[in-house]
Amino acid sequence: MSSEPATLYAASRTNPGRRRSRLIRNGLGGTARYAVLVAVAFMILVPVAYAVLGGFKTNGQLAANPGSILPDPWVFTNYSDVIFGHNAAAFWRETANSLIIAAVSVGLTVALGSLAAFVFARLVFPGREAMYTLFVFGLLFPSAVAILPLYILVRNLGLEGNLLGVALPQAAFALPLTVVILRPFFRSIPAELEDAARIDGCSTFGFFWRVLLPLARPALATVSVLAIVATWNAFMLPLILLNGADQWTLPLGVMNFSTEYSSDQARVLAFTVVALIPAVVFYAFAERQLVGGLTSGAVKG
Amino acid sequence: MTAARARPRGRPRLPTRLVTVGLFLLPALALYGLFVLFPIVQAAHYSLFKWNGLQPLTDFVGLDNYVKAFNDKGFRTAVSNNLLIIVLSLAIQIPFALWLAVLLNRNFPGRAVFRLIFFLPYVLSEAIAGIVFSLMLRPEALVDTGLTTIGLGGLIQDWLGDTNIVMLTLFFIISWKYFGFHMILLLAGLQGIPHEIEEAARIDGADNLAVFRHITLPLLGPTLRVSVFLSMIGALQLFDMVWVTTGGGPLNATNTMAIAMFKAGFTKSQMGYGSALAVILFLFGLVVALAYQRFVLRRDVEGAVTAYNG
Repeated sequence: MSSEPATLYAASRTNPGRRRSRLIRNGLGGTARYAVLVAVAFMILVPVAYAVLGGFKTNGQLAANPGSILPDPWVFTNYSDVIFGHNAAAFWRETANSLIIAAVSVGLTVALGSLAAFVFARLVFPGREAMYTLFVFGLLFPSAVAILPLYILVRNLGLEGNLLGVALPQAAFALPLTVVILRPFFRSIPAELEDAARIDGCSTFGFFWRVLLPLARPALATVSVLAIVATWNAFMLPLILLNGADQWTLPLGVMNFSTEYSSDQARVLAFTVVALIPAVVFYAFAERQLVGGLTSGAVKG
Repeated sequence: MTAARARPRGRPRLPTRLVTVGLFLLPALALYGLFVLFPIVQAAHYSLFKWNGLQPLTDFVGLDNYVKAFNDKGFRTAVSNNLLIIVLSLAIQIPFALWLAVLLNRNFPGRAVFRLIFFLPYVLSEAIAGIVFSLMLRPEALVDTGLTTIGLGGLIQDWLGDTNIVMLTLFFIISWKYFGFHMILLLAGLQGIPHEIEEAARIDGADNLAVFRHITLPLLGPTLRVSVFLSMIGALQLFDMVWVTTGGGPLNATNTMAIAMFKAGFTKSQMGYGSALAVILFLFGLVVALAYQRFVLRRDVEGAVTAYNG
């Protein structure tokens, strides 16, 4: 499993036959391929560029000439208001809420998920596969199904309007994927290592904590990254469980900001752009784990 | 290779191991059971009551909520909208993602950049994507102006306001966000296919299309099925993007099962009815999951050659 991200990034192997066929295809297809790819990339980037540049415009500019690309003149107040002006309080509070929820829920998922995956991977006990299937089941159904009773449950637990009330269910929803990705990884660690650790006096937990987890760092990074993206972008659960502006996460904040300032498009665009920066920065650093994790889970079928 | 083989000396016996299993497994099981499994069971339970979510659960109505759902025109629209998105995703989005994956499955300058760009929308939240698109799609905003500029002004529509168009607009936005995800999966699948097999087919005289049809596509089967499955489950629970861009309107034209469920539960305080809609959504998901399981199990018995990396 650990080799898969590497496979994904490996340059395609070359051999004489392949080179010949590539020559045949590239003679016809090289330019056309670039044309298609550039066109698609353009479609992807237009909304992003529109938002980034729109944030530097005034509403007058946006309305009078929506097709113009560059702002004229460049206006910085929209962004500065969001980052340290009079919209900054909302933005930073929402960022903090998102961070708190992400930290708690990802921490819980990775901790509990790796404990469970360890048991499923390396211990023999009756009912193991049935129990594992129960977790796999969580991957197979639409999570929206649980949302109404979840609201009732969280309310009964007294966690409505509490960030913990969002973090706990989100950790639970991320568990299946975590367990399913970690189990084969934990399995692939040689039994000899476990024997050696035991001879040196390690308990089961000692082996898990001191030997297995350090070896599993790449896999732990992968599941963390996947859980972070899921939690960070979650919308429906926070929408239901959080009931005041001081608890909103970034996606909720962005939506409410766009309603509140519906006549001030430039400001909405600036807020949206600043709100997407953390995700983009994170993507830039964690792309490998993200792609590797998604494909290792899915390509096996 | 697995831990299932005979245990060497020095490892704990079964009773000790069961205690370990309990200690390791219990926290995860408790969290998962409480916040995932229990609510699903509760949905089935609530669905048999007329209930506003506050009073005691006493007004048992049997299957009335389900009957009501099937007679609810808004909910029927929701179901057909979810199915429409599934059909469009399978007919357009996944083939498109596959096409791009094939284009990217070669070594050429700029390949990594394209992959990075195509996958970018996946990490953005649907709320953010939805808001930017709804601003772009407002009448006489960027999209309309752009179309006029390139001489296609005749194509302009009321993108998010016309009940005949709005689902297609939504499908476009959803595809914008998710085709890169499917492309990445399929690209990884393509890279798992040994070049030697394609080369052998070419030496036997197969042209590009024949190689794709008879070699690449069958060997890509497992990945393609995962992609199809994830796409269907995603389409079934479509909520965020709709809520942010149209809120289910205009005139229920973009209603989905999840939107209907949310509105029943939280704007109309019909928790019982909303739970019945949740159970129906669950049953749709179950059908998809069972079909997937059957299909995959059957295929995996047929040919071990399709296995990727073990």
